[in-house]
Amino acid sequence: METGELNPNYYPARRAAAVVQHYLNTRYGSPYRWMFLGNVHNASSEDVTEGRKYQLELTIQEMISNVSGPCSAELLFPGAGTPQVQASCDWLLPNNTRAQEEAFYQQHRDSHNLVSGDRIPDSYGHMEPTMKPFWHLGGVASSFIMLEQSNQSTLYNMAQVANFTQLETEKDQLRFQYHVLLHEMVSQEIIHWKMLITWSPAEGVKVLQTDLQPKCNCEDPPDSIN
Amino acid sequence: MLCLGSVGLVLLALTVQNGHGASDSAGWNGKDTTERNYYTRYHNMTEISDWMEKMKRENPDVVSSMVYGQTYEERNITLLKIGLRSTKRKKAIWMDCGIHAREWIAPAFCQYFVKEILQGYKTDTKVKEMMKNLDFYVTPVLNVDGYIYSWLNDSTRLWRKSRSPGPVGCTCYGTDLNRNFYANWGTVGVSTNCCEETYCGTKALSESEARAVTDMLGKMSGDILAFLTIHSYSQLILVPYGHPNISAPNYNELMEVGLGAAKAIKAVHGMDYTVGTSPDIIYPNSGSSCDYARLIGIPLSFTFELRDQGEYGFKLPEDQIQPACEEAYAGVQHIITYAHDKAFYSSAATVTTTLWTTVMTAWVFSATFL
Repeated sequence: METGELNPNYYPARRAAAVVQHYLNTRYGSPYRWMFLGNVHNASSEDVTEGRKYQLELTIQEMISNVSGPCSAELLFPGAGTPQVQASCDWLLPNNTRAQEEAFYQQHRDSHNLVSGDRIPDSYGHMEPTMKPFWHLGGVASSFIMLEQSNQSTLYNMAQVANFTQLETEKDQLRFQYHVLLHEMVSQEIIHWKMLITWSPAEGVKVLQTDLQPKCNCEDPPDSIN
Repeated sequence: MLCLGSVGLVLLALTVQNGHGASDSAGWNGKDTTERNYYTRYHNMTEISDWMEKMKRENPDVVSSMVYGQTYEERNITLLKIGLRSTKRKKAIWMDCGIHAREWIAPAFCQYFVKEILQGYKTDTKVKEMMKNLDFYVTPVLNVDGYIYSWLNDSTRLWRKSRSPGPVGCTCYGTDLNRNFYANWGTVGVSTNCCEETYCGTKALSESEARAVTDMLGKMSGDILAFLTIHSYSQLILVPYGHPNISAPNYNELMEVGLGAAKAIKAVHGMDYTVGTSPDIIYPNSGSSCDYARLIGIPLSFTFELRDQGEYGFKLPEDQIQPACEEAYAGVQHIITYAHDKAFYSSAATVTTTLWTTVMTAWVFSATFL
């Protein structure tokens, strides 16, 4: 592995930067705030006793407001276990999306009309506008899993919210059961996870339980294909 | 309305049908009357096959088709050959799409590309010149079985591989066609587990789809100036080789042309496409079609990974088809133009230089000896 300055376009820097993206989503993400990696500007890495440390300067894009800004981050891939990230993006203030989040929260906190949805997006990349915040929420919640699962040989994205079901609001937190499909780029595998999550504007997204679903090697018999 | 009759009523019914389920039976229903609508939607294999027939029917002097192989499930693998007819043997550009079933934007791009050059050659002198000097061999869907499977329902949408059964003892289906070519086969970036997505097969060219391409390339051999294979997602232009320890002899040229293509792409909608070898940019791999093409001597071999960078991934929304295709077309056009001009302009220059050198030498010789 290269030590010192890294080419910011090459995969070692990009994979590390994606981990920073996942971290930022766990910290700041919401149904109205979902971050993606833009460009990496500078990257360097070195071996340390605990593992491999990266220093990064990158651009992060917030997808709903379409605002981008710079972040600097330090990331440690330990020998085993969850990567440890420290990042500062001064422009990512928690307050920007407060109005939309509050409205959404108030709309759904009453447990009389529990929402559910599936196949977000559908095969054509389409989703109903009312489902979009739940898609963002799924993406942010998935970031907890993607952060935990990341190492120097992985690159994760959420491929789809297979389905979600709202559960009864508890302790002022909206609660949801989510089934998500993650795409891991290096192996090209699609990985199924179920999660129990909560969210409120005050507390942010929390993931209470995660459950890796076994890969279904259940094939339809050839006859069923036209 | 009253005078429609039964035929008219059937046509009206087809026109009124809505949604994608209906379009299986009517490749060209009333909603498709404008080209703009057609090329901004994804199309199933039946529709794409109908469309290929339509391209031939509407442009008989420049479009023909060839079936050049069979899939595992014995479906035809078909390409469109597009170019002004010539009595001479012509140089060629190869483009294939849909080697990975779930990458739906790729076949959509192949269709868009064909539409563009068929419109372009009538009005654009450069496109017309290229159509005169070259033949474009475009395969809109290479992995036909996989593509059809990915259209079955939501649970099959993310299928990647072929649909051949696994080896004895393995219940899973499919081989990764882009790991199955005879190019450092089975060395890096593959899985030997037949249930996994990068399973490279029991041996190189175990898959009939990979053999079909190999056989065609073999027949066309020295004629192909550029080989382009279209994928998604990640917004990349990849150059050979997938193996970290092997460099293409013309790496510098490939990078220069690739960077030129990325610049052309960015000029369209501002999207960044990263250029480099797979081992540098994403991951090492072996047995890819692009590596094979470069290995047999096709100088300009590129893998395109189109939009996006992970937000929607394989399920790129239909309202992004048009801009994704526009930018990809600019990138591909840059490469094709370079390949064409290199073959037809620098050769002319070389011939001219050689001619003058011969004349001068003869003059000097005759002057010396007279």
